[in-house]
Amino acid sequence: MTLVSIVVFGIGAALYGLIVPARWRGWVLLATSVVAIYWLQPASPVRPVDFVLPTATLVLGVIGWWLTRPDSTLDRDSAFTLGLIGVAVVALSALGGLIGLTASPPPNVLEVVFTLVLVTAALVSLAALVPDRVRTLTLFIVLILIIFAILKVDTLALALSHWLRARTGRVLHLAAMSDVQWLGFSYVAFRLIHTLRDRQTGKLPPLSLREYVTYLIFFPAYTAGPIDRAERFVKDYRALPGLDAPRAVEGVSRIVIGIFKKFVIADSLALFALDAVKASQAQTGSGLWLLLYAYSFRLFFDFSGYSDIAIGLGRLFSINLPENFDRPYLKTNITAFWQSWHITLSTWARFYVFTPLSRYLLSRPHKPSANLVVLICQAATMVVIGLWHGITPNFVIWGLWHGVGLWLHKLYTDRTRTYYQTLSERPRLRRAISWGAALLTFHFVALGWVWFALPDVNLSLNVLRRLFGG
Amino acid sequence: MAQWDWLVRPEAPYTWRFARNVVIKALILFVLLNALFALLNPSALVGRLSAYNVLLPGRDRLPYGENPDQSYNLSLNNLDAMFSAHQIAGTPKAADEYRVLLIGDSSVWGVLLKPDETLSAYLNAAQYRTASGQRVRIYNLGYPIQSLMKDVLLLQYAMRYQPDLVIWMVTLESFAPNQQLESMLVRANPDLAHRLIAAYHLKIDPSDPRFSVPSLLDRTIVGQRRPLADVLRLQLYGATWSITRIDQRYPKFYEPHMENFSENFGRDVTWQGFQPQPLTTDNLAFDVLEAGRGVVGSVPLIIINEPIFISSGVNSDVRYDFFYPRWAYDAYRQLLPAAQIIDLWNLISSDQFTDSAVHLTPAGSRQLAAKVGELMMQTANAAQQHR
Repeated sequence: MTLVSIVVFGIGAALYGLIVPARWRGWVLLATSVVAIYWLQPASPVRPVDFVLPTATLVLGVIGWWLTRPDSTLDRDSAFTLGLIGVAVVALSALGGLIGLTASPPPNVLEVVFTLVLVTAALVSLAALVPDRVRTLTLFIVLILIIFAILKVDTLALALSHWLRARTGRVLHLAAMSDVQWLGFSYVAFRLIHTLRDRQTGKLPPLSLREYVTYLIFFPAYTAGPIDRAERFVKDYRALPGLDAPRAVEGVSRIVIGIFKKFVIADSLALFALDAVKASQAQTGSGLWLLLYAYSFRLFFDFSGYSDIAIGLGRLFSINLPENFDRPYLKTNITAFWQSWHITLSTWARFYVFTPLSRYLLSRPHKPSANLVVLICQAATMVVIGLWHGITPNFVIWGLWHGVGLWLHKLYTDRTRTYYQTLSERPRLRRAISWGAALLTFHFVALGWVWFALPDVNLSLNVLRRLFGG
Repeated sequence: MAQWDWLVRPEAPYTWRFARNVVIKALILFVLLNALFALLNPSALVGRLSAYNVLLPGRDRLPYGENPDQSYNLSLNNLDAMFSAHQIAGTPKAADEYRVLLIGDSSVWGVLLKPDETLSAYLNAAQYRTASGQRVRIYNLGYPIQSLMKDVLLLQYAMRYQPDLVIWMVTLESFAPNQQLESMLVRANPDLAHRLIAAYHLKIDPSDPRFSVPSLLDRTIVGQRRPLADVLRLQLYGATWSITRIDQRYPKFYEPHMENFSENFGRDVTWQGFQPQPLTTDNLAFDVLEAGRGVVGSVPLIIINEPIFISSGVNSDVRYDFFYPRWAYDAYRQLLPAAQIIDLWNLISSDQFTDSAVHLTPAGSRQLAAKVGELMMQTANAAQQHR
């Protein structure tokens, strides 16, 4: 989000909270979110990709809801929602380019109507052909993961760009991954998978289409989280009180703090934060350390600042988005770090990767040792988190770095629990150990960022070697 | 979450009145601070608050950059910030130091040259010592844009660093009347420029619209947000510069200087609005040159006409290079002896120029340094003898 969009959303929130009658608030929030995902979508040189991608998000949302609804009927609210979404998409295709709500001139209205009708017909036919809801849910999860992989794997994204350019008569040699930059898809994917899995396990409460889609694309959290849980979101969504003074003060304060963190601190640190170019230009190891520290803090202030803005905007719209950061660099061990860094992502990974995997391993007839189970689950969970950021060897290594770190910490904790219990009688020593542990944890995480910040393994190894005097 | 308790668990519940009071107080504070800033004009103070020479090493040359993301450098017009970022500001003059300032245009600054390939770098590498044993230390204060007025502005500021000798590299283009206000540095420092114009009775019009005279609103924090941001960015880029020692973008390929001149351009004999005519000290900016002499006072000053590329290509009978038709440059050279300007115009061979008719290769720079070094030491030793 840019400063302009934040200000626009802030003003919109004030108007929403003060003017919109209670019974319309849910609808306005949905409509605003639908418009916002088109407005925020970056332009693509391949028309009409920047119109298709947000539309595809809505289509995926409708499919997700259809598969997760408790019964087969289409209630009036959901039917109206479906109609509203369709009308909004058509209206945006007609007017979006004129009033600057779409990144580039959208496709022709008739084309959009025809495509929507075709897609709807296709989906209805598919629904009839695949009656097994459980299997369909699984297939849909697989489809989301396939889309995810296409967007995140360089060669696949490039191939998609080539294909799109060929179909639209664009210059082929200018194909780039950025042609198919699907804003917010990483988060949409996780929200979809969360609802689909919870439906499979019977945990998802019944949601109307309006509730489901608004949860999926709630615009303050659309581009970079936090990743809320549907049942928590819907509780706020069903209440939606107007804007009161506490909410206004808290919301605006969080937004201002977030703006300062992101646009002042993070953007300043970005000027000397580690990246591939500066890594190869740095002349000394101490210079590389400075670049790494700058990157570590830049990442924190950028991301946590963004979360503050999202949470602040959410507050203004009466949605209490979950916290995402809790002073992570002050934590004294890696487990506590991952309970305080991108909290909603690690929570999601715990629910949908760690816990099911560990249950599966522990339920096997020849189950591995407890330690091995923890190692496999920690490593797998962190590798999934790594791959979510990007499907490259560097992100796999980064995931393994943290997975093994978490495992080692667990082993260490198990062996030293008794000793640390005795430290309550020695507060100075305990404090000194805490400081040392926090420094060690910070540096463990910072060194892990080398894999995160740099694009390839060789450069990362080279940097790590030079950081330690090589 | 505990870290947000101060916000979400206030001592007294937030009210609309509280929110209104906060907004009003913030607005009042905002207006007051802006007004104070406009009245006090602390740009100089802000410029002197520098991380360079304190947390970071000073730069080898004045900050200048057109693509900051790649060069870790940027151009700004705050002289205090520029000089505070230079190593000269952090180098107290040692007792045995013979301090030399090198002033000039982009060729002196060192476009396409690394910091250790510039004229000043080669001069320093030679480790000259004066006859009395002082270590000669040369500081690169060159700055792009050819304008004597720009040079004098920088020179006047630089005199506070107690030079023992000033070397001033000039070329005909610097003397063009049109060029005097071509530099943003001059335009953005109208007070300093006006003072020079008044003190030395220069032929530059102080009411020229190109001078950027800020209004009251322009002098507020909001009005100065871009210059203030540039000062901050200069500090931040200083970290990257000190880590990488890169202060300029070095493209793999650049457009080389023009050797052959098309029929239209080649036969064009105008220069800076002048048709072929006698060039005199009156119709060129020799008054600004004299202002420069006035600024340095009794400090020895060497003025050198810098080498230029001399074409032997198409239409080279009319033009020496991209900048100069022959008639203009020849006429200019006639004025140099009387103005005590040492003429090195053809010192460097044609194959030692890069993207411009005045920008040298490292080898060309080294060759020039040998000659300039000779002249520098002659003048330095002579000056010390006379003391």
